[in-house]
Amino acid sequence: MNKKINNCFISVNIQKDDFDVNAEIKSIGIRKIIGGIANFIGVVRGSQKEKEELVSLELEHYPGMTEKAIMTICRDAQKRWAINFVKVIHRVGNLKTGDNIVLVITASAHRKESFKSAEFIMDFLKSRAPIWKKEHYKTHSSWVQSKEEDELSLKDW
Amino acid sequence: MKILYFSWLREKIGVPFEELEVQSENVHDLIKELIRTDQKYALAFEDIKSIRVAVDQKLIQNLNVSIKNVKEVAFFPPMTGG
Repeated sequence: MNKKINNCFISVNIQKDDFDVNAEIKSIGIRKIIGGIANFIGVVRGSQKEKEELVSLELEHYPGMTEKAIMTICRDAQKRWAINFVKVIHRVGNLKTGDNIVLVITASAHRKESFKSAEFIMDFLKSRAPIWKKEHYKTHSSWVQSKEEDELSLKDW
Repeated sequence: MKILYFSWLREKIGVPFEELEVQSENVHDLIKELIRTDQKYALAFEDIKSIRVAVDQKLIQNLNVSIKNVKEVAFFPPMTGG
């Protein structure tokens, strides 16, 4: 899903396939106005418990709504900061430890807007995009529970 | 109306979505209506505070939201993306 609003290009993709960070950054192209690019990559963290090995992380989402919800978050960011480019790619399906999950790229004339907007988008994406994670271990599986701190962090914005 | 379920709600109900003719006029009554039809809904909606609702793909904050002329209602636990 792509949108161009007030000189800001916004792109949101939900996909099973991996993404190439360098290619995505290059896709911004050469634009006179851009002086800073921030990017965040979320990856699958392995099990923190010694005897449990994470076999896979399953990501389920609500097709249609996910794209719209993330687009709304990006537009909110664009209203708050002077940014010229936003790209969000969120993977779904079955992933393994170390795999890429999410990519957020923001670009602007100056660094502050890029850093702030990328962090804002990630914070809201965590608890406003209809995506759910399930951890599969050798002996059992369990849905990841939402963290209260994630919801509370939204109040800081 | 299309009713969708995600994550552990989908597992408790046993289907990802269903097409139902419903009488209810708001989300609150829809949940009650579903619970009356089968025990599985009663179990799935047991802890209503842990359930989030989207009406036509928009998150709602209040269960009194009308579902008249609505195409789809989705039920799911708090989201864990990112």
